[in-house]
Amino acid sequence: MKSLLSAVALTAAALMSSTAVHAADVEVIHWWTSGGEQAAVSVFAREFDASGDKWVDTAIAGGENARSATLQRILGGDPPGAAQFNPGRQYEELIAGGQLLDLTALAEKEGWEKLIRPASISSACLVDGKWWCVPVNIHSWNWAWASTAAFKKAGVELPTSFDDFLAKAPKLKEAGIIPFAIGGESWQINGAFGVLQTSLLGLEKREKILKDKDLELAKAEMPAVFTKWREFKQWSDEGAANRNWNDTTNLVVTDQAGMQIMGDWARGEFGVAGKQPGVDYACLALPVDAPTVSTGGDIFLFPKQSDPAVEEAQLKLASQMISPRVQALFNNAKGSMPVRDDVDMSLADDCMKKGLEIIKNPANIAEDAGRWLSNDTTGQMNDLVAQFWSDDTMTVDAAVAKYVEILQNAD
Amino acid sequence: MSQVAQGGGAAAVPASSAFPVRRRRKFNYQSVLGTLPMIITAIGVFVICIIFSVIWSFTNSKVFPNFNFVGLAQYQRLWTTDRWLISVQNVVIFGALSMVFGMVFGYLLAVFMDQRIKQEDLFRSIFLYPFAMSLVVTGLVWQWMFDPNLGIQAAVRQIGWTSFSLAPLVNKETALYGVVLGGLWNGVGVTMAIMLAGLRGVDAEIWKAAKVDGIPTWKTYLFIVLPMMRGAIATAFILQLTGVVRVFDIVIAMTQGGPGISTQVPAIYVIQHITDRANVGQGMAAATMMLLPVLLLIVVQGLLQWNAKRKQGRA
Repeated sequence: MKSLLSAVALTAAALMSSTAVHAADVEVIHWWTSGGEQAAVSVFAREFDASGDKWVDTAIAGGENARSATLQRILGGDPPGAAQFNPGRQYEELIAGGQLLDLTALAEKEGWEKLIRPASISSACLVDGKWWCVPVNIHSWNWAWASTAAFKKAGVELPTSFDDFLAKAPKLKEAGIIPFAIGGESWQINGAFGVLQTSLLGLEKREKILKDKDLELAKAEMPAVFTKWREFKQWSDEGAANRNWNDTTNLVVTDQAGMQIMGDWARGEFGVAGKQPGVDYACLALPVDAPTVSTGGDIFLFPKQSDPAVEEAQLKLASQMISPRVQALFNNAKGSMPVRDDVDMSLADDCMKKGLEIIKNPANIAEDAGRWLSNDTTGQMNDLVAQFWSDDTMTVDAAVAKYVEILQNAD
Repeated sequence: MSQVAQGGGAAAVPASSAFPVRRRRKFNYQSVLGTLPMIITAIGVFVICIIFSVIWSFTNSKVFPNFNFVGLAQYQRLWTTDRWLISVQNVVIFGALSMVFGMVFGYLLAVFMDQRIKQEDLFRSIFLYPFAMSLVVTGLVWQWMFDPNLGIQAAVRQIGWTSFSLAPLVNKETALYGVVLGGLWNGVGVTMAIMLAGLRGVDAEIWKAAKVDGIPTWKTYLFIVLPMMRGAIATAFILQLTGVVRVFDIVIAMTQGGPGISTQVPAIYVIQHITDRANVGQGMAAATMMLLPVLLLIVVQGLLQWNAKRKQGRA
């Protein structure tokens, strides 16, 4: 009798729970694991949970690992509900293979194409007239972070250009300061190299080389970039090998190093340490005389699901991510720029306001190289630039020849 | 699966016990059933997957494996890529150094332990302990110790020896040797344990005979005992060899393949290409190249065995 009763109770409970929960669980894979990043991603989770569905958080440290996990899960037939990627070509095969939920109807209803600015941000998700993902923020690589105290200690003014910085580097070194802070991971080295390339060549030539694969132009212009890059290397410290980006930023935060070239996610490190822009540190939008913003950032895509309830929840999540309210909360926490102009960024600090000002003019937009180059090609460039950085016996000519070869074979 | 195997076994027992064991060549259903899971795994995971790996290495597969054959293009790219060439060179240097030093130190440690020392158990635990740790942990610990700003170098300089320099990982010429050191620290205990077992397996009479003949102890160890523990040496050797071919985690933890690309190894190349770089074709070509030396070894071993059997048959 007792067992019969409990069986009935169990069945009833099971029935109730299956009918009571209308909403669906959506598993989200992302790589936001540091303090500031978690604060940002919990904005998404909180808003989504409040609407009755459930955000199932799968955080995997490291973009490379998280993207691999997503791809493996999709390949294995167990796709997550949503996944973070960087805008560009990382997910082009998922689109071509029909693995993603088509967001076109939702996007047209809400008018994403009109409200997302600059236009090059939407092009990451709008492929052949159809929407396949939601851009959530803009991160720019084109920044340098300089310690005011370090430069003061060396008795020199803050740098006004790359050449000016190189001229002041000996003074910094004499004062016991690491002039140029960089971490030895290949993405950091190639990222800073890309900023130098943008600054020396200008946006137009850069686009010709990286987008149109103009090999002759690359042969003519890249030697100067590699030569200048080697000059920078001479002013880095020997502890650079294998150092994380945030440990490197910390050298500037604690005034042990003069300057770091790093994307605007570095600002969070200064913020956590309680440093004030313009007082304790300077954020230089590069190149200093004609500042640009590159269109990196993050997007979320929604792999196709068999359960219509989950699909509905996916669309709801997509709509929320781009809504003005969530955009404001998320980007203020993340330290990135929102993808639409009509959000309240009054909490933004001076550095971000600087970026928001620059992004207003489409002429200042440096499209992220990831839009034109596959991960395979970017990876080869990472290897080359890291090799050139660590190996002083590698000549500039040899490096340029390899660079041209990579461009030539780029798919 | 195991239930099925057991059921089959139980049914087969009375049948076979009814007949005396006469026909030796009779097909043994019991053992086949029992090993079926392993056979399926071996064929499914190893043979079939390896065949597909090789096939895909001739295609231009990106994220999703496809069958657009491109001939030897992936191999051509592989063998003209600096990073792969450096990887191959590194695994050879890493392998040679860690095998030679691993065997020598392992044997020396075993001989040391064989001296009827006090606290042998304690020492054995100490030497074996590093092996219980993941290579990632080992690698990180050594990375910190070798870090010029907070490791051994910084500590010694703080004491007052300001020109002291020990930071192999920051220099592309020495980084690989730093990794070898970390790997040795981790693995030498196991070699020692195997060698010690080998030493203890040598008959005490041999030692007495050598004493009687007045052979010095070191000569006995080197020329009499060492050749007698062929089995232990082969085991230690094979264990180390497999560790070398698949070396991955310790490099990731210590240098991430840097500075630059100077400590890259083949396994990192394969993993990176089939995952984040989304170039399965290229990754599979590299994987196939990694398989080649192993296959070669198996073939050579097979030939040797076959030859030995043939000789036995004649004799």
